[in-house]
Amino acid sequence: MDKTVNQKAWFLVLPVFLVVAFSAILPLMTVVNYSMQDTFGNNQFFWNGVGWFKELLDPSTDLGERFFASLWRNLFFSAVILAIEVPLGIVVALSMPRQGWSVAACLVILALPLLIPWNVVGTIWQIFGRPDIGLLGYALNSIGINYNYVSNDFDAWATVIVMDVWHWTSLVALLCYAGLKSIPEAYYQAAQIDGASRWAVFTAIQLPKMNRVLLIAVLLRFMDSFMIYTEPFVVTGGGPGNSTTFISIELVKIALGQFDLGKAAALSLVYNLIIIIVCWIFYTVMTNAGTERRPDKGVA
Amino acid sequence: MESIAWMAWTLPTAIFFVLLAATLAVMTWLAIAYPEAERVGILRIPTTRGDRLFISLIMAAVIHLLWIGFAGTDTVATLPVGEGIELSSLWLATVISLVSAVAIFRTV
Repeated sequence: MDKTVNQKAWFLVLPVFLVVAFSAILPLMTVVNYSMQDTFGNNQFFWNGVGWFKELLDPSTDLGERFFASLWRNLFFSAVILAIEVPLGIVVALSMPRQGWSVAACLVILALPLLIPWNVVGTIWQIFGRPDIGLLGYALNSIGINYNYVSNDFDAWATVIVMDVWHWTSLVALLCYAGLKSIPEAYYQAAQIDGASRWAVFTAIQLPKMNRVLLIAVLLRFMDSFMIYTEPFVVTGGGPGNSTTFISIELVKIALGQFDLGKAAALSLVYNLIIIIVCWIFYTVMTNAGTERRPDKGVA
Repeated sequence: MESIAWMAWTLPTAIFFVLLAATLAVMTWLAIAYPEAERVGILRIPTTRGDRLFISLIMAAVIHLLWIGFAGTDTVATLPVGEGIELSSLWLATVISLVSAVAIFRTV
């Protein structure tokens, strides 16, 4: 049978193309242009070649030192929050009810932190942690723990990490819960007949079924935490000193604080490259994890 | 030209983007003129020409950055054109990138 070929549908893509061109492609091209030049404002630019990239990748320069310091800081932050949020999210999902009115109640309560805008979350924790008027800060200091996120590095880190865990564990939990809901009851019955332990049920049935959603959760949480800006900026402002200055905070400091467009452009391109590579790896692993498991599905 | 002054264009970056756009155009034309199926290479993932181009471009960026970071950009030769055009060692990274792109297109 002959199919009629109609390519007019391509015109429907045109609005998206235009929006992306003006909101992403042209600005990105401008960033590339900036990264090769130096400017003193007034839209006057001077060719600098790969000078900024040289400085950026050389830890002995000021720019390089700041870049690598904030990069390691950010990677450490992402690793810590993933190490907490993923297991915690799984535990929360496993302990959620499967039926009845409590399901809806749990879902609503879990979804609440996700609905709060980043800067509001930052403000909540900024006040919550204050030693003079904040409930958390005041309580901790009252029981003898000297907690002050403004002056102590460890306290600042703890606050930012706990804040992220509070804000985003729900996302992991909801994704895992969706994965758990898709497991047919027959699997559990079979496990019961075989006399499988709770741990065996978890490792042999629940975890494999949650594999895909967990990958999505890890990807989303990694990308979000690697690009985190608003929350730590509102709570600690990158301080004390530079101890919670993550890459995007450093980037904004260089671009808007110092108005070093060339340096900031070079940094953002490298930052962008890292994010693209990580995204691509996660995406490839995710899509191929599915295709490799396809034959098993028929057996199971 | 006044209207795009904010984009701070330079000739080298313009050439870079023109080459990039030309590559994408050629790949699009190839995809339409000679459609191809995905194939599985040494990475054991199914890739199309477009995927391999993407990997090549990312590799090129990484190779150039690593070269700048570890080898620097000292002048390695001077072309006898006009007053002499100095060639940065970074062009070696470009050569390596092209070689790696060929390797990626053949094996991945």
